[in-house]
Amino acid sequence: MANRISIVVVSGTLERLQMAAMVASVGAVSGDEVTVFLSMNALQHFTLGKGEPPAAEGSFGRLLQEKKGPGYRQLFQSAAELGDAKIHPCSMAVDVLGVGADELEPWVGEPLGLTKFLSDAHGGQVWTF
Amino acid sequence: MPERTIIDARGSFCPGPLMELIARLKYGKVGEEFEVLSSDKGSANDIPEWLHKVGHEFLGTREEAGVWHIALRKTK
Repeated sequence: MANRISIVVVSGTLERLQMAAMVASVGAVSGDEVTVFLSMNALQHFTLGKGEPPAAEGSFGRLLQEKKGPGYRQLFQSAAELGDAKIHPCSMAVDVLGVGADELEPWVGEPLGLTKFLSDAHGGQVWTF
Repeated sequence: MPERTIIDARGSFCPGPLMELIARLKYGKVGEEFEVLSSDKGSANDIPEWLHKVGHEFLGTREEAGVWHIALRKTK
């Protein structure tokens, strides 16, 4: 039976976005039911064509920036397209940031409220980044 | 030995080689063999684990000059 994995992403730093994307993508392609909830400082890093790239939090993040490897956006896209992960912006964050659906990555789904997210997460693993 | 499709993921880090494999497997035929080339040792451990979990056949791993060759057969 598939595990249910719910991932809350609130940080806008490179290391945390990358780690969240790694958990989402590997979980999703391994048959787990993955739902990602993007909020707070994270959401701005899923908009199209504007904004600064996420800053490194520490030395490891700076190393990551120099290496060739899949970036967090590519991994989240793989999670959605290869593993059927559901990736949603937090409806509060969408309102506060003032972004429209057409301004977010196409693999980001409809805004999701916290009540529904918590209800769906019940009984499964919850990861926070 | 049947011809293998080579997936060259050298230089990428975890989980890049696994994702490249999965993207290619999607369009492969059942029975087709693949060989992933990875310079990331973690992927050499993780890919067989993933194969076991999802049910594709792991054919073996060998290391040559810092590159891991992970062979498998698509079974479904």
